[in-house]
Amino acid sequence: MKVRKNIAISDSGFLFNPSSGDSYSVNPIGQEIIQLLQEEKSEQEIMDYILKEYMIDKNTVEKDLYDFLNMLKNYKLTE
Amino acid sequence: MSKPKYTVAVTGLNAIDSPGPGIAVIRALREAESFDVRIIGLSYESLEPGIYMHDLVDKTYQVPYPNAGQQVLFERFDYINSKENIDFLFPNFDAELFNFISLQTRLDEELGIKMVLPTQEQFDARHKANLYEYGKEHGIKVPFAKMVFSTAEIPSIANEIGFPLVVKGKFYDAKIAYSADEAMQHFNKISAQWGLPVLVQEFVHGSEVNVCGIGDGNGVTLGAVPMRKLYITDKGKAWAGVSLDDEKLLEVTQKLVKATKWKGPFELEFMKTNEDEYNLIEINPRFPAWCYLTVGTGQNQIESLVNMAMGNKVKPFTTYDVGKMFIRYSYDMVVNMKEFEQISTIGEL
Repeated sequence: MKVRKNIAISDSGFLFNPSSGDSYSVNPIGQEIIQLLQEEKSEQEIMDYILKEYMIDKNTVEKDLYDFLNMLKNYKLTE
Repeated sequence: MSKPKYTVAVTGLNAIDSPGPGIAVIRALREAESFDVRIIGLSYESLEPGIYMHDLVDKTYQVPYPNAGQQVLFERFDYINSKENIDFLFPNFDAELFNFISLQTRLDEELGIKMVLPTQEQFDARHKANLYEYGKEHGIKVPFAKMVFSTAEIPSIANEIGFPLVVKGKFYDAKIAYSADEAMQHFNKISAQWGLPVLVQEFVHGSEVNVCGIGDGNGVTLGAVPMRKLYITDKGKAWAGVSLDDEKLLEVTQKLVKATKWKGPFELEFMKTNEDEYNLIEINPRFPAWCYLTVGTGQNQIESLVNMAMGNKVKPFTTYDVGKMFIRYSYDMVVNMKEFEQISTIGEL
């Protein structure tokens, strides 16, 4: 999954989709995931990164990451 | 190098909650880099706020309503022009355009007042009532619509297009109806205000996106900025909006301008579906009230239009800033009764 090229995200987690005019606020972990997607990391790589960086179990990461990526897709932030 | 100074007359000074484009046009003219301006406001009513905005409008004259006829309008312009020597005129209301298009040659040849307007054919063809055919002719998707003269016609059209459907006035206003009864109520309300016919249009799900631009009359788009409304008033007017990065929408716009050889300013209203299809729902043959956003994005289209009419070289805009927002506000002016008296009685301020 790739984040659309023209999506802009600021340091504060403010995300602007210039194609639709919609804007969103994401929390720090969401911001990190979007950044990893922009670096064209795979879902598996993102999951490995989160498991390494944060004290969290695999099942929760899998579920939350899946939810978050689906949300990005529904909001047409991916291509 | 000294800049030329033009006297520009502008209508649409009604900067109210459903604003006319006049004040936005004037602000853009004041910020023009290639010329200076003296602004002549043209008002229909004594309480149009622009009349009293003396930092923007140098002098205002009342003009007759469109239904007074073209001769009365011409005579009023003959008088105003004898005082002001107008170079360029910006009509900003749909309802007054018919008269100005008809008078265009006379105003230019007899009074030296220039305008950039669509042709009568373009103006008629893009009318809400004809838009479906117009789109078909030029390969642009337009929701099916039919003109209606009485409530009795509504049920059969509703059978054809289903619910919800949109009921529209011939100049302004649009309401969504979810049943035949509701559609009939909207019909009665809209026809009482805007007259007949009323338009019944297929409802398209999606988000509305608009484009403000100008065509040179030979098929070239001289400028185009797409915008999405972020906040809409109960009258359906934008109170905030943002410029968009939308290549496909610009392509559709350029295609339309090329196919129709559109001349002058326009606002295109589209519904963008979830499948990223663009359905043209309206062509307004004038600048919209949000046209000052184009200046903010780096395209002073208003300045270009004047230069086009004055025979100056106009280079098409190729870029604009994405993510520029406009946010309207309301503002109370305190005005002396003397000024209100003067515009009301003498028709000049």
